[in-house]
Amino acid sequence: MIDAMNPEPVEPQSSSLHSVISTVADRLAGSVFILPTVLALLFLSIFPLIASLYVSLAKFDIAPGGFKLTFVGLANYKKLFIGSEGTHFLGKFALSTPLTWIVFGVVVIALAIFLARYLLNARVAMSGLIGRVLLTFGLGALTWMLVHTLWNGGRLGTASVTLVYVFVGIFFQYILGLSLAMLTVQRLPGRRFFRVIFLLPMMITPVGVAYMFRMLTDTSKGPFTPIWQAMGLVDFSWVNNAWGARTAILIADVWQWTPFMFIVLVAALESQPVEPIEAATVDGANSWQIFQHITWPAILPVSMTLILIRLIEAFKIVDLPNVMTNGGPGTATQSLTMHAFINWRALDIGASAAVAYMLLFLVTFFAMIFVNLIRQRTVETL
Amino acid sequence: MKRWFQSKSINTPSPVGAALSYLVLGVWAFLILFPLYWLVITSFKISSQVAEGPFYIPFVDFKPSLDAWKYILVGDLSQDTIRNFSNTLIVAPTSALIALALGATAAYALVRFEYRPRVGAILTFIGCVILSIVTISMGVPWQIALAVSAAVFFILLQTIGRRFKRALGNNDIAFWMISQRMLPPVAVVIPIYILFQRLHLLDTYVALIITYVTSNLPIVIWLMRDYISTIPIELEECASIDGASRYRIFWSIVLPLAVPGLVATFLFVLVFTWNEYLLALFLSSAKVQTLPLTIVAQNATRGPQWWNMSVLILIMIIPVIVIAIILERYITRGLLIGAVKG
Repeated sequence: MIDAMNPEPVEPQSSSLHSVISTVADRLAGSVFILPTVLALLFLSIFPLIASLYVSLAKFDIAPGGFKLTFVGLANYKKLFIGSEGTHFLGKFALSTPLTWIVFGVVVIALAIFLARYLLNARVAMSGLIGRVLLTFGLGALTWMLVHTLWNGGRLGTASVTLVYVFVGIFFQYILGLSLAMLTVQRLPGRRFFRVIFLLPMMITPVGVAYMFRMLTDTSKGPFTPIWQAMGLVDFSWVNNAWGARTAILIADVWQWTPFMFIVLVAALESQPVEPIEAATVDGANSWQIFQHITWPAILPVSMTLILIRLIEAFKIVDLPNVMTNGGPGTATQSLTMHAFINWRALDIGASAAVAYMLLFLVTFFAMIFVNLIRQRTVETL
Repeated sequence: MKRWFQSKSINTPSPVGAALSYLVLGVWAFLILFPLYWLVITSFKISSQVAEGPFYIPFVDFKPSLDAWKYILVGDLSQDTIRNFSNTLIVAPTSALIALALGATAAYALVRFEYRPRVGAILTFIGCVILSIVTISMGVPWQIALAVSAAVFFILLQTIGRRFKRALGNNDIAFWMISQRMLPPVAVVIPIYILFQRLHLLDTYVALIITYVTSNLPIVIWLMRDYISTIPIELEECASIDGASRYRIFWSIVLPLAVPGLVATFLFVLVFTWNEYLLALFLSSAKVQTLPLTIVAQNATRGPQWWNMSVLILIMIIPVIVIAIILERYITRGLLIGAVKG
């Protein structure tokens, strides 16, 4: 272990016991500072992770005095992909149409170009090549799944639903958060009031937000009933419509998490230096040019990290669909976490762990793409 | 006419711009506040007033009643409410503080020290964890399995582990720690449940606090690492020349300078732990239930008890909102994620 700050330990002034102890303690400081965290994470993250992997490869049975795990290999995963849970997890695949082929073809060509450019231009390294091949196949498979479940008779599985929640949700949260942040950093009287108000949704427990939105979206007793009636939608219940229910959940999610984007972007906007903007204004730049050339590059690294944080958190969504729609209609609004939870409740613990592991693969896949994107764009973030 | 569109200085919008800004901000503030307003008035309704359709304004549309508040705070449910409220009050701040203490020290260490863990050592360690889990699940008593794996680990570390020359750096450690946040709770909750069951710690504060601390450590490290790296190293160098120990430097120089970051991080972690539902659902059954579970319990066989739920949600958010208002000015100063490069 090398000390970054003073590579050579300061010689003790006197050789008394006290100073010897303090020198030793100082030399151990590096370990003392980091070991508790490393141990805590090993104890409660790595160990359960490996144990969970084993559970996902086993069949769980209640036995006298506890439980019994029987190793069954990949049976639980097989069930998810081609077995009884297939339509639940991946969705119901529609027949291919010209449209699906066109969309899929465009994505595949784009991915092939991306791979070919790397092979032709850059210095090819083993890890980089493996990463890019994995990325190509992963994105290709996900596109195949999405184009066949989104249209004409297909039905989204829990994997696709989770992706919809994550990406549509984050898109709106970021756009809204950025616009509101840009507005509140202006020197307006009362901006502190708005800031406090805008923070509130984040503070509410997701379960509470879910019940609150269930009240608000009630078409016969909720506050918007007159509007529903005026639009002739009295008998329409969004809960019975798959996309209606998903939209309601997305609205609640955006309502709750826009504040997080907002507050971090406010911090980023306020910490950017004023001088370049002043200089640009003197040179006659309009506000769009200032945003495009000065503000946007300045907040890009923060935005990337922020979206990465939200990406990681958003994949875990469970409270909102669980409470607002109970996963319905059918399984239309179930997220992967909820899927795992339902399997757990049915005491199919092995399948539950397998779903959880698939969720982990998805999160890791997208997080890795994002981390690499950040590393390319900025010098160093993580 | 032109002055309506001209701004006096940077950041001060023109009168028309200001009016438009206020309009947008006002609309969003309404979208935020209206659901909360609905929550407040629902908490003063009785069941028939909710069932008969929307009523908007108390005293005009409907006669507010304190029934739900009485039921929750002094009536039948008061014991549950008070117990679960104090559970939340104990668990959330305690785990947030512990996570902050551990995470801030680790973040400081990752910024100012250099670590070079060997790849070989890490691989042997993971191998031995797998070995112990497999042997335990095959029926070997856990004491023996753990002792054997520990012995195997040390033997391998001294022999094979030394042959691997490749080592990881600080960034790899930080990435590993932060990536722990990627673990969906549902992927780790089953072994954690079994673990605490074996240790007879289910339904105790200890189990909840340990779980919350570890699940929030990554976020603390993430936020604090970026904050601490903005603190100039010169101050610490001066103190070091004057003979201050590393602990002393950390305690009396770094921590005071990191207060805004610490406060903002604490608030985030507090919000996460205060509101956590899934892990609490698994790890607590009666004694240490937290408030989110009480809210869900109001969705009884008679249908959701909206008025009771509203009261509980309000009780739950008021303390956090008060803290957030007090600490608001720290938040924007304390969040510097991704702001520092290099």
